[in-house]
Amino acid sequence: MSERIIEIKNLSKTFDGIKVLDDINLYVNKGEFLTLLGPSGCGKTTLLRILAGFTIPEEGTLTMEGNDLLDTPPHLRPLNTVFQRYALFPHLNVFDNIAFGLKLKKLPSDEIEMKVRKVLKMVSMTDYEDRDVESLSGGQQQRVAIARAIVNQPKVLLLDEPLAALDLKMRKDMQIELKEMHKKLGITFIYVTHDQEEALTLSDTIVVMSAGQIQQIGTPKDIYNEPVNSFVADFIGESNILNGTMVKDKLVHFIGHDFECVDKDFGENVPVDVVIRPEDITVVNDLSKAQFTGKVKSCIFKGVHYEMFVDSDTGNELMLQNYTPYAPEQEIGMKIKPSDIQVMKKERLCNTFDGEMTASDEVEILGGRFACPETGFEAGTQVKVCVEFDKIDIMDNQDEGILEGEVHFILYKGDHYHVTIQTPERDFIYADTNDIWDKGDLVGINIKAEDLIITKADD
Amino acid sequence: MIKIKRATWSIPYAAYLFVFVGLPLVMIAVYAFTDKSTGQFSLINFTKFFSAQEDFHTFIYSIEKALVNTAICLALGYPAAWILSNSKLNRSSITVMLFILPMWINMLIRTMATVALFDFIHIPLGEGALIFGLVYNFLPFMIYPIYNVLKKMDRSYITAAEDLGATPFQVFTKVCIPLSIPGITSGIMMVFMPTISTFAIAELLTLNKIKLFGTTIQENINNGIWNYGAALALIMLVIIGLTMLITDSDTNREEEAGGLI
Repeated sequence: MSERIIEIKNLSKTFDGIKVLDDINLYVNKGEFLTLLGPSGCGKTTLLRILAGFTIPEEGTLTMEGNDLLDTPPHLRPLNTVFQRYALFPHLNVFDNIAFGLKLKKLPSDEIEMKVRKVLKMVSMTDYEDRDVESLSGGQQQRVAIARAIVNQPKVLLLDEPLAALDLKMRKDMQIELKEMHKKLGITFIYVTHDQEEALTLSDTIVVMSAGQIQQIGTPKDIYNEPVNSFVADFIGESNILNGTMVKDKLVHFIGHDFECVDKDFGENVPVDVVIRPEDITVVNDLSKAQFTGKVKSCIFKGVHYEMFVDSDTGNELMLQNYTPYAPEQEIGMKIKPSDIQVMKKERLCNTFDGEMTASDEVEILGGRFACPETGFEAGTQVKVCVEFDKIDIMDNQDEGILEGEVHFILYKGDHYHVTIQTPERDFIYADTNDIWDKGDLVGINIKAEDLIITKADD
Repeated sequence: MIKIKRATWSIPYAAYLFVFVGLPLVMIAVYAFTDKSTGQFSLINFTKFFSAQEDFHTFIYSIEKALVNTAICLALGYPAAWILSNSKLNRSSITVMLFILPMWINMLIRTMATVALFDFIHIPLGEGALIFGLVYNFLPFMIYPIYNVLKKMDRSYITAAEDLGATPFQVFTKVCIPLSIPGITSGIMMVFMPTISTFAIAELLTLNKIKLFGTTIQENINNGIWNYGAALALIMLVIIGLTMLITDSDTNREEEAGGLI
């Protein structure tokens, strides 16, 4: 068991009424490289700023080696940060920038000199001591920023998207150097990025975040091979996310076929989400040995591999990665190994809303009034309303719908889209549709009377 | 069609500069180095200045008062600019406007109003009133350039300094002040140089009892002693030029310049 250095419990933070961090629980092991990964606005930078002390959470605790950290002002915390935009002091040269923290500690000048030279060597910036920081290139400034932080020998180094401003080639080089540096220094790195590939390359542990919540914590391999939900599967790498049914232990049914798999304990005939990585679908030349067949729709050369879209015999679109190209319109056979099928419990099977009857044939949910079949319930009765995903009508025009919302997240499921719509009150409505929507589209929502399944709420 | 060279466009400006800047400067120099009685080249005007006790003393006194005024303006102006530029302490741009507003009113009118006010509340006019008048008139010129620099200053430098272990006081002395040097030098130039040459404030607020160097020059020119007056003006120009040279050496970073100069 490795020793925990940082522990975060029930941490929440709200900005202007919007929850940017919602009940975060996390611990960081001493010496590990931990990455907070998520799309922009998921709260990862806020979490880092809370660690550094620049943002104060409303709820929760943050301890470092058993000591409460929340009451400690930033300048007394044993952490240092590498900022996204470097924040090198323009009035100081490279040497004085790096020596800034050491001079504040009033170390003797020969010791400062020795330490600065040592880190300069570490970041390969020897002979740059006297340079003006503004005369340096982006990559060089980045190195100075890293040197300025590590020269203080912090117990934990926080890195806020440090490579985001660099070009691809330089980013790759810096990734390797950062990894080396982490090994050499042996201090804990907490790294924030939205780049999933960077996270997979660098980390010992990845924390995937979305909408202020932790979605999954695991090693890069775990996160890639066994995503816990469709968000993680979609965010990390390319994937085919499909609706399926767990027929029984080790047998799953999707895209119209039964497949052997390694998952069990889901129960029998339970609806599930199935994740197949594009590189895990193998093309077999002998059609009789294939598990299923399909017709190639398109084939694009991607450098290392070809990316193909294939329509399966049952009309599902699948993405494949292969080293050999197949011409469009060609019939191919395909196979998936049992261990490459990742089965996930569905987070929800239908939309469930809390509602209130406004008449025996009208119900109010999420602030909108919907006509419904005669229920016999009196006005004022609290009810639960269930609506299937494919029974939600999405309208182009916000005014046409009873409810309005914004398209928040879109997931392609092989033969349809699973769309998450966020209402202005930050409630979520999930819909299955064949229409193509874009993230951020403003839409109206209608539900037909007969599609509202209403039951009395439990008292 | 006649092609007009790009350089041709500069002719009006060049002419303006020649007539209103170049020529007067040359004339000042010519007058300063000319003996009024003989019309010959001579250093007599300068020797007169350094031997004329009164004028030389006025000159030293003016520099003293200009230094005091600059110091007070800086001491009052920096905190004011700091508060104005801090979005936590000042959420509205109207407060900034209120500080700058006096600059919209003519200096003479403001000074006359000050005289009337001092009269009304029975504060004697004199050196104290003079210092007050100088500070009152020049404070906005100190606040504005510093405010501009602080407002534009990237807050991430403060965050970075705190992160590296600087206490709030150290953040201020080691990051904020060095980064606002361009604004401070701008402010000092805007206050120090005009103070030496001001004369209206001194005349009005001391009932003509205390003279500043500007007054001396004005009196000589008014009384038709052009050659001596020109020599005095030239001395002042040299002093101003020297202060600019000294302060300029620190402000070679253009992007952080104070905004007024």
